[in-house]
Amino acid sequence: MGRMTFVIRRLLLLVPTAVGVTIIAFFMIHLIPGNPAQTILGIHATPRGITILDRQWGLNRPLASQYWLFMDRLVHGNLGQSLFYGVPVGGLITSHLPPTLWLICYAAVIAIVISVPLAMIAASRKDGIRDHIVRAVPLLGLGMPAFWLALILQTTLAVKFQLFPVSGYGTGIGGHLHSMFLPALVVAIALCPVVIRSLRASMLNVLGADYITTARAKGVPGLRLFVRHVLRNAVIPAVTVLGINIGFLIGGTLIVEAVFAIPGLGNLMINSIFDRDFPVVQGVALVFGIMVVLVNLLTDVAYATLDPRVRFDR
Amino acid sequence: MSAISITGQTGPPESAPEATAGERAQPRRARWYRQPALMAGLVIIGLILMAVIAAPLLTSYNPDAQNLNATLSGISAQHWLGTDQLGRDTFSRLLYGGRTDLQIAFIAVLFPFCLGTILGSIAGYFGGWVDIIIMRLVDIVVAFPFFVLVIALVFVLGPGERSIYIAITLIGWVSYARIIRGEILVAKRQEYVLAAQSGGLSNVRIMGRHLLPNVISQAIIYAMSDIVQDILAIVTLSYLGLGIQPPAPDWGTMISDGQNFLTTHWQLTTIPGLAVVVTGLGLSLIGDGLADLLRPGQS
Amino acid sequence: MNQPLLQVSDLHVEIATRQGIVRAVDGVSLEVPAGEAVGLVGESGSGKSMTLKAILGVLPPEARVTAGEVLLDGIDLTALSNSQLNKFRGPKIAMIFQEPMSALNPVMRVGQQIAEGPRVHLGLNRAQAAERALDLMRRVGIPDPERRFRSFPHEFSGGMRQRVMIAIALSCDPSVILCDEPTTALDVTIQDQILRLLAKLCRETGASLVFVTHDLPVVAQVCHQLAVMYAGEIVERGTVQDVLTQPRHPYTLGLVRSAPDVDHPRSSLAAIPGSPPSLIHPPSGCRFHPRCPFAEEDCTVTHPPLRLLDAGRATACLHSERCLQAETQTEGADR
Repeated sequence: MGRMTFVIRRLLLLVPTAVGVTIIAFFMIHLIPGNPAQTILGIHATPRGITILDRQWGLNRPLASQYWLFMDRLVHGNLGQSLFYGVPVGGLITSHLPPTLWLICYAAVIAIVISVPLAMIAASRKDGIRDHIVRAVPLLGLGMPAFWLALILQTTLAVKFQLFPVSGYGTGIGGHLHSMFLPALVVAIALCPVVIRSLRASMLNVLGADYITTARAKGVPGLRLFVRHVLRNAVIPAVTVLGINIGFLIGGTLIVEAVFAIPGLGNLMINSIFDRDFPVVQGVALVFGIMVVLVNLLTDVAYATLDPRVRFDR
Repeated sequence: MSAISITGQTGPPESAPEATAGERAQPRRARWYRQPALMAGLVIIGLILMAVIAAPLLTSYNPDAQNLNATLSGISAQHWLGTDQLGRDTFSRLLYGGRTDLQIAFIAVLFPFCLGTILGSIAGYFGGWVDIIIMRLVDIVVAFPFFVLVIALVFVLGPGERSIYIAITLIGWVSYARIIRGEILVAKRQEYVLAAQSGGLSNVRIMGRHLLPNVISQAIIYAMSDIVQDILAIVTLSYLGLGIQPPAPDWGTMISDGQNFLTTHWQLTTIPGLAVVVTGLGLSLIGDGLADLLRPGQS
Repeated sequence: MNQPLLQVSDLHVEIATRQGIVRAVDGVSLEVPAGEAVGLVGESGSGKSMTLKAILGVLPPEARVTAGEVLLDGIDLTALSNSQLNKFRGPKIAMIFQEPMSALNPVMRVGQQIAEGPRVHLGLNRAQAAERALDLMRRVGIPDPERRFRSFPHEFSGGMRQRVMIAIALSCDPSVILCDEPTTALDVTIQDQILRLLAKLCRETGASLVFVTHDLPVVAQVCHQLAVMYAGEIVERGTVQDVLTQPRHPYTLGLVRSAPDVDHPRSSLAAIPGSPPSLIHPPSGCRFHPRCPFAEEDCTVTHPPLRLLDAGRATACLHSERCLQAETQTEGADR
């Protein structure tokens, strides 16, 4: 089928989902009990303010027309105006995007660095002591609140031992790596349980496969065997798992950004919630939704790239 | 044991014992009380539930009662876990907070469970347009990170318990729908379903009394991890001040209250977090144990 | 003739399972002279595959060699560590597996898989190893090798994949090639092609073969020597000609009789009654006695050793002459 066709097909399938994402983002405003404009403005509500918002959001128009207005603006990159800052939401989002992207990638890398060796240790001696320990650790991680871990690490490593900055994004690549290490570590630890489990399972699968016996019979030495035969096959399902859990990753960054005061999208969203800045909240939610959809597409493409069997079927 | 685990390959069984006659067959379902994971999980959750339910017996302090003469006291005979900055007894708040959180989490998981099961059954059983629409909806909801949607909805609906229930229900049903739909797609081809259909039973009856009991187990297993996720969401929302509103005691609020004192009185924040971790551990063990139990030979 | 190239002496392989210890290979001895093809025949579960894997040291993790030795050029392979063994695997001794689809790495190009051995063992660089791989592909009869080099296993048919496996086995010029039912998973017409190819390549390179199969006609086509395995033990040995025309063990007799013969059609297929025995608790005395038409008192008590009849001919039956009588009787009946 070829990779290009595969990608295009996947993209087309995503369009309805992307549209649906915008619909949900759009609809949030209508879940607000009572008059949305009034509730949003809260104690600052004046009749004039309410009318302005009503007009701005088209709240007095029929639903379909409102959605059309929303989509029309969206396509032109207009996500509305921040009530709190008075600047376009789109601009706010663009300026807050880099730290979040950094955090996500950093956390993914750390998660992989932790999980791969652990999964390998567990899979190489199945049902041994090391296997049981590695399988038990994720159970603790699954129930751990990310913000709690963040607080503890922050207090011990940053405040007490002063190994890392307490908060902030840092400047320059080195600064980013240093400042974001703790937050990325927290998010990675939250992600690890899932990744370790699936990596271990897929490694066990691969280790037991016939082609590994063939490679051993060829006399392929240990390291080469592991990297070119075991790992190369085991990452395929793991990539999918990582991609599926991108939503989980993003959710983790939200609260971690808040604790570490990182100027990213998550922090923006939470602050906007406290500031009752609805357009920003809606905009960020929408961006997150689109991000997940795109990452899912990337995951599919990565999967097709890694597994030649997928490309050529159908 | 199957040949796969003996030889570690997926080739034909070479020296598998069951290739021979006269070997006693492995019992099909292991006894549930012999599963260590399940038992450990049940014990943990049992202890926690007992402690939380028996709160009035275990502590005489009212979780809201402030005692400004005894603020930030450490561990003592009168206050087993000390007091917080308003003089409230930590141990008591831990127990009553557990009541609140666990109660809400357990109830909160029921609505998505039911809604998702119903929608998933309909989608899987009837197929066609209904299936397409429901699954499209699932795809869209799934596109949002769980917590992002929860927090946005809670913002929109206003903070508090009611919003939590609504938000979790509106978002959480999708996983159940997927699971049940998948199971039903397979199960509806089984012969007992064909038999029921040819017997003239109504679709609702078939779905309810014949299909569901057989497919519900996967959803129950998932529910365990879902409760954990709900507890985390509730606790995180409360930490931010968007969830359980004070003065109701809650682990998230305790963590938030105690965070300024982490260097001096670390137990205020650490203990409630540990409570969440242990509860999560217990529930995950139950989920794993159930999964092992219901799929014998596949650990 | 000097020392045989490969000598297996009293090999024991045990597998730990929940139900008990499975004695998969229970005292197997085998001699493979240079340049000859030795067949190893038996039912599923007789331990033939395990024997091969034990020789190469690629047993699954639950199985271990508990006794015996495997001498290749005088060196005991069972005493070597895995990294030491790696130096033998490929250049000295290689293996061809049964299921070529699952035995080839699905994400690695076929040419690279053939070239991997020479790169690791012969120190060739990428270009040289690729050249060698292309050459091997031509020798095993893969058409259009330059294009096929970059293909993946799933793009090949079963017969082609097996040719790839043969190319891999030959890639470092081993002196012994172990074949674990290489044609069982293939269509009958392809089987013949592959067998001819194997026979031709062994003649050309002078390599020895150990050929495991449950299919008698296949063994007849390829091998000179034959050993019959039952329940983890060798029960008969000799040249292919001798063993198949004049079997001296009731099990071999049963195998020969149950093989369909185009030239002498019978009205019904004779099968060996009963089923394979448990390898955890094998029958007492001779392991075949529950299914043996000639079994007598002493067969249930004494465990018969493999004893020499003439040079190169051995049997583990206490009453092997009964087989001779039975065979002549049958021949008389058929005429």
